[in-house]
Parts: sequence; C-alpha cells; structure tokens
Amino acid sequence: MTTLTPAASRTTTEAAPSEPRRKRTDSESLFNRVTLGVLIALALLWLVPIAWALATSLRPPNDIATNPTSWVSDNPTLSSYQEILSAGRIQYWYLNSFITSSLTTLLAVCTTSLAAFALSRLKFRYRRPVFLVILAGVMIPPQLLMIPQFLTLQSTGMLNTYWAVILPQVPNVVSVFVFKQFFDGIPVELTDAARADGASWLRIYWQIVMPLSRPAISAVTIFVFVWSWNNFLWPLLAVTDPQMMTLPVGLNSVQDAFGLPQAQLMASAVLGALPLLTVFLFFQRRIVEGIAGTGLK
Amino acid sequence: MSTATSAGTSARTAGSTRWTASGMLLPFGAFYVMFLLGPLLYTAVAGFFNDSLVKDGPGKWVGTANYAEALGSPEFWSSLGHTLWFTVLTTVPLMLLALTLALMTDRFSRGKWFFRLAFFAPFMLPSSVIALLFMWIYADQIGLAQGVVKWFGVQAAPSWLGDPNWAMISIAVATIWWTIGFNFVIYLAALQEIPRDVHEAAAIDGAGPWQRIRLVIVPMLGRATTLVAVLQLVASLKVFDQIYMMTNGGPDDATRPSLLYIFQTGFTDGRAGYASTVALLLFLIILLISLVWFALIRRTEKEV
Repeated sequence: MTTLTPAASRTTTEAAPSEPRRKRTDSESLFNRVTLGVLIALALLWLVPIAWALATSLRPPNDIATNPTSWVSDNPTLSSYQEILSAGRIQYWYLNSFITSSLTTLLAVCTTSLAAFALSRLKFRYRRPVFLVILAGVMIPPQLLMIPQFLTLQSTGMLNTYWAVILPQVPNVVSVFVFKQFFDGIPVELTDAARADGASWLRIYWQIVMPLSRPAISAVTIFVFVWSWNNFLWPLLAVTDPQMMTLPVGLNSVQDAFGLPQAQLMASAVLGALPLLTVFLFFQRRIVEGIAGTGLK
Repeated sequence: MSTATSAGTSARTAGSTRWTASGMLLPFGAFYVMFLLGPLLYTAVAGFFNDSLVKDGPGKWVGTANYAEALGSPEFWSSLGHTLWFTVLTTVPLMLLALTLALMTDRFSRGKWFFRLAFFAPFMLPSSVIALLFMWIYADQIGLAQGVVKWFGVQAAPSWLGDPNWAMISIAVATIWWTIGFNFVIYLAALQEIPRDVHEAAAIDGAGPWQRIRLVIVPMLGRATTLVAVLQLVASLKVFDQIYMMTNGGPDDATRPSLLYIFQTGFTDGRAGYASTVALLLFLIILLISLVWFALIRRTEKEV
C-alpha cells in the first residue's frame, strides 16, 4: 500500500494545475506516515521490558524453569504477588518511602520558599552574595558528601531513623532557584501595597505570595517527592534495619538476600514500579509540565 | 505608595528588614550549612588526615599522602576512566535519541500522551526496579536479550553483564531506556514553544520537512540543548545505583565508576580520609569538565 500511494498520487498532481503545492503536501504526508510508523515501533519497543516483567511475574515458577524465554503461560497465576505481599516486607517499604518522601518534600518546600522569598523581596545587605553562595550549591553533587553526612548522623545517633533519611535531602538548591524565579515574576506593586498597609513580610509571604505561587509549589513538590522517593545511595547508607528501609533499598535487598525465584523478583519489581507509575498516569500533564518547567524557566 | 512614607520608614525598617531576612533564610541556611557546605569543607579537610569511619576524631595528619596515593593509584584512574566511558556511552545517545524522538512526536497533534507514557514512564521507576528488570533481561542462557540475539542468528551470545567488554555497554543501554524520558520531555516542551507560524512560514518558503527540522527547528532549540547537555553530563558523571546493583563494579572491576570506588574505600575499607580525597578530586574533575563542556556548548550555540 505504501509503495502504491505516492506513485498514484504523483500522477494525479501532474494532471492538476496547481502541482507544486499538491506535490509538497504529498511528500509531507508520506513523511508523516513513515515517521508515525517508526515512532510507534520505537514506543512499543520501549514498553517491552515492562511487558516482559509483567508476563514473567504472572507465570508459575516451574513454568519459567522449563521454558525460560517464553512470554506466555498456560496457567497464569497471581501467586507470586500473594507471596511477596504476605511476606509483609514491601508494605513497610511503601510506608517508609511515603513518610520520608512526604516529610522531605514538606520541609524542602517550606524552607526553600521562605529563603527564596527573602532573596526575591527583601532588600538587605549581602543579598547577592548570599544568593550566589546558595546557587553555587548546585555544583556540589550530594553523592560525594556521603562520608561526612554519614559521620554527622552517626555521631548524633540518628542512623536507622526516618530523620537520617530525610534531613540531608532537605537543602534542595534547585528549589530555591525555582521559587525565586517565580516570586520575581509577581508584581512588586502587590507586595508594596500590602507593605504600605502595614502587613509584616511573613504575612505577605504566607497570605499573598504563596497562594499566587501554586504552579511553582506543585513543580517543586513533584520534583522533590519523585527525587526523594527514588533516591537510593543515601537511604542505603542511612538505614540497615529491613523494617526501616525505603522501597528502593528494600527492593535491592530482595535480590541480595532472599534468593527469590524469578517470578517473585519480577512481581517485586512490578510492585516497586506501581506507586509512581500510578501517580504518573493520573497526573501525567502536571508531572511533565513540572519537570519541563523546573528545567526551563 | 508615596515617597514621603517610604523615606520616613526606610531608616527604621532597614534594621528590622535585616532581621526578618536573616530569620527567613535561617531554616534553609541551617540545612544548607549542615548537609552541604559543612560536609564539603569536611571533605576538603579530611583528605589530609588518616581518618577512619570506626574511630572518633579525624585521625593522624598525613599531609598530602592521600593525594599522592590517589593520583598514583591505578584503581583511581581506572575508576575515573570507567566513569568517563559510561558518560560517553550515555550522553551522546541520550541527547540525540531524545531529540529525534521529540521531533518525531511533535509532528502529531494527537496521541502525544501515548508516546509520553511509553518514553517517560521508565524515568519514574526506582533504580532498583531497573536493576531487577535488566538483570533478568540480561541473564545468561535464559534472558530476553540473549534470546533476541540468537533469533537474529548469533550462535554464541555474549554474557551481557559477565563479559568485561560488554558489561558497561549493557548497563548503558539499560540507562538509556530508563532515563531518556527526562530529556525527551524537556525537548518536547521546548518544541511546543516554537510558534506554529514558524513552521508555516518555512513550509510556504518551500522547505521540505527534513530541511525545516535541520535549518529552522533544531537551531531554535539552543536553550533546551544547553540545559539537556549540562544536566545529562553531570548525571552521567555521578553514575552509581544501577552499576552497584547490577554488577557491583565487576567483572574484574571493569564497570567500577569513581563513586563506587569512593563508596568501597570509605565504607567497605573504612578509610574515610582517603575516600574524602578521592571525593574531592572527583568534585574538581566534574566541575572542570562541566565548565569546559558548558563553554563548548555556548560557543556552538552562538555559531548556530
């Protein structure tokens, strides 16, 4: 079909009086169709690993042993999921991840927006140097600071607690930058008028600027939450007690220690992927705009 | 707002403004000093001591011995080499492929959600899920990857994660699958900000789809490209999670990146001082590479 259509349409364009325009739209639509085909093929290819994990997780273990590379099973079963869930570890990991990521996000949004407000609206001496010092923090990869951070929390006896996971993730420099950019865009007249009416800066921050900053708040919330939920290296160091592990660290211990059959490993992977994938399905637009916006504006 | 009131109050409020500003910066500042700036200074200082994780205190002063040891150690250089090799293997495809996929997706007004789902969803997965998934895909004898290669007629498929020549490439492929969505989304957002008139004007001028992409669209993506290039470079230089879980640096240290070397000398051998030295060196190297890379990108951006 694809070989026939261009040839057939070319004959018609030659007959038609307005040939240049027609010709172009024809090559355009062919280009579009080829593009679409390649794109769909790539998108399907991208889904293969997830599909294979799902297929494996639904197979009975002996089925995998006899025929490992097969996709389908004659008798698919949810038993791997039941076994993972009844082992009872993953529920703790969900809960731990949820608590630590939520608290990290809350603390980060509050502290970074407050600092950004001061940097954006308050005229104080050393404003620029302070901002530059904070901004320079972007250059420090936190992964390189694992040893001193570990020693700090070890000396305070906080290892194996939620705080050990949460605290080092709070100073998110990018969030300060995102908030400051957004606050700078809010008209000065608005805050000046409130100031003239005698409102305190804290009140202006809380009652005027923050309610106007929903897009920035949601971008930072999404960004910090996803980043902290998926963080691996730091919680790996901060937590050794299996009951206190976050989801990524717990999943890693699954393949290390418990020697599970393949179907159960894949069931764990699917269960580990589920929370954020569900969130993504519901808030696709928001998340994508948040991530693109955090980077671009 | 009259000048009289602001002039009258400004002298009185200058002091209180300073206190308000300090108070507002304090919560963030405390975290910043405690968990970023302080640790960075500690790292800089600890490198001059024979610090250990098990004993209290900084340990014995050793001067530049740790630096001499790191710079003279083949393990330090090979781990740095692996980091750079991984960065080359991932940065180039993650930029070009993400751009290509975004350009293709942008041509269609409907069905964008499906492509966004397919390419971006993996980015939302934790690294341990990626490790579980790809260790099963790359498994010897029974893995999907060996099956695919055999299907194409290759008899002796390599052991993807067990062969030193293939291990890093296999990890890079998994990483590309996992993280491309981020760059894809940034490029897609940038493409959507290009006004439709630009496309139409170029089309009326007689430019074909390929010419339009090459001569009109891609040059307009300069800012997005700079952003993707810098973020991608730094992310690749910090690689740890997937390598730690999939090969733990093996086989024969063939995939051990610098961050894993720091992790092992610090936490397995307990040599916090030496590990701090390596961390500081890596920090300086990342900074230097980023600055050079940024300057290069900026220059090409101006030329276009």
